Amino acid sequence: MSTTRAAGVILAKELRTEFRSRELLGTTLVFVLIVIVLFSFTFNPTSEESRRFGPGLLWLAFLFAGSLMLQPSFLREQTNDTLAALRLAPIDPFSILAGKMAANFLFLLLVEVLLLPVFAVLYNTAILPVLPQLLLVLILGTVGLATTGTVFSAVASQARLRELLLPLLLLPVLAPVLIASTEATVGVLRDPSELSLVWITFLISFDVVFLTAAWLVGEYLLEE
Amino acid sequence: MATEIQTQPNTRAAISLPSVLLVFLLLAAASYGALIWAPTESTMGMIQRIFYFHVASAWSGFISFIMVFIGSVAFLRTRALKWDWLSVASAEVGVAFFTIVLITGPIWAKPVWGIWWTWDARLTSSFLLWVLFVSYLILRTLVDEPERRATVSAVFGIFAALDIPLVYFSIWWFRTQHPQPVIGDGGALDPRMWRVLLLCWAATLGVMTLLIRIRYRLEMLRSQVDAFRMNVSRRD
Amino acid sequence: MALVGHNGSGKTTLLKIAAQLSHPSRGAVTFYERDAALAAEEVKTRVGMVGHHTLVYDELTAEENLIFFAKLYALPDPAARAREALAPVGLAHRAADMVRTFSRGMRQRMGIARALLASPGLLLLDEPAAGLDPEGQQWLGETLERLHASGCTILMSTHGRNETQASVTRAIRLEGGRITHDSGLAGDPNQVLVMAAVRETGEESQS
Repeated sequence: MSTTRAAGVILAKELRTEFRSRELLGTTLVFVLIVIVLFSFTFNPTSEESRRFGPGLLWLAFLFAGSLMLQPSFLREQTNDTLAALRLAPIDPFSILAGKMAANFLFLLLVEVLLLPVFAVLYNTAILPVLPQLLLVLILGTVGLATTGTVFSAVASQARLRELLLPLLLLPVLAPVLIASTEATVGVLRDPSELSLVWITFLISFDVVFLTAAWLVGEYLLEE
Repeated sequence: MATEIQTQPNTRAAISLPSVLLVFLLLAAASYGALIWAPTESTMGMIQRIFYFHVASAWSGFISFIMVFIGSVAFLRTRALKWDWLSVASAEVGVAFFTIVLITGPIWAKPVWGIWWTWDARLTSSFLLWVLFVSYLILRTLVDEPERRATVSAVFGIFAALDIPLVYFSIWWFRTQHPQPVIGDGGALDPRMWRVLLLCWAATLGVMTLLIRIRYRLEMLRSQVDAFRMNVSRRD
Repeated sequence: MALVGHNGSGKTTLLKIAAQLSHPSRGAVTFYERDAALAAEEVKTRVGMVGHHTLVYDELTAEENLIFFAKLYALPDPAARAREALAPVGLAHRAADMVRTFSRGMRQRMGIARALLASPGLLLLDEPAAGLDPEGQQWLGETLERLHASGCTILMSTHGRNETQASVTRAIRLEGGRITHDSGLAGDPNQVLVMAAVRETGEESQS
């Protein structure tokens, strides 16, 4: 069975599981909201300052939320050893990883898109005029987050202290994404035509590098 | 692919006396060069001499982290635990070197610029690299089974190493957009300074090699003790 | 075939290697004289495994679980296959219920339904009798006998004597990763089974 099709089947299963309970989605949304509110206490959200600090803290909130939301990805497969069931099936082991990466990407993107209007209201920023550019940055950044996050979730699931370990591994590696996404978002909010080619290309490179790395070495994590 | 237990202890030392002497000489020469022979920098004075070891440590730390990458890839391809030993040894030595970088940075900055730290491109990148590989080492302590530990560290090691150029570029480009006071060479380096810098680098490379070899040996012995212990407990 | 031996003798490892879940540290696995490592995906289509854990998702219904795995095994008409698979294990009336609500015995049966989805030629079972009451064990023994009669090769690891061993035709005892006794293709497996059970009970009463 082709890798893409198998990944698709797994993606469908992950989506079905998540949308049935919606517990992960709901919890993550609330968590990001809390972070955004708390951050607002640390500086005075006047229009000017919001535009300078806002995107940074938004992305920071996404990263924190991501590193928590990605935990269950492989932990769920441990309760009944369903990971073994997946590995028994005649599919390319990478499709397991790919299906989960796609699912995590969609969840995270959904959380981010739902939070954009909230952010716009709380920090008095106009996002509608620059929505397409914002979405581009969101998508590129989230691909990086989902890719590395899913791989590291597989790593952490085999270690102790996994709740602490996943953020510990993920956040340093994603620092470049934080910088690039924040800068790109700031630029776009300041002036819609100012979509930084450098940062966009950088994000694309980041995504390509780590997708390739995940493809090449990811399956070693699934072996016994 | 379990570690083969050697029935006879390997009594050869990890490092030979001549190599230690050589590195010691290099270090002595480098120290002399940095502290005495190199011309005193006009604006910064004596404290600038720390720069030689600051930069040399960074470069050697780099090489160490590249070796983590090599070890990680080699392990995944061959499944031979010795590559994992190389990876952990290189990671620890690399972290040690970057610790030196992070300590010498402020020591240099305070007297000259009056501030302990500045988030300039190089220092920030060094800090992030340090954090990255400390995470690598922490990951290792949290996985008990040797094969599994080697596998997960190898994957993370590869990701971390691939991240290095991305970290440097993103921070550098960010800094060009938002300039800040730079802790760094005020201007071009005098040729004598270059020679001293290269000599310091050679010295730190020598120290790096010795330390990695010692640490590698330690890991090999630990691995053998573990295998031995497992064998004994299995017989009960 | 029954695999016997005390805990840690390598039964689970052997089963996992046969299922292509682990790699042997030495040697190779052959199926119909072909090296399994080279045709892993093909081999997996013909092998079913029932493990220590149930290998099904708690958060999906019985039917959804089977449809999911049917798709992964590239079976035609997954929905129909899933429904068909539930009947023989007596779970057809619980098809739309979450596996989370199932009892231990029912989950065991789910696991078996899952393993049999693709009509495997080789069925591997890791201590399937554990956690089943005597009635369940008898049902399992009968099911295995039926499967065996229809041409399926069954390799099962067991501990102690139980109802599932009724139709065992060959017994192999492992210790420390090596075969110590094999009743062979034509021999009487009961000797090996009894001997192994006695040893196991003896060890248990010692510790």
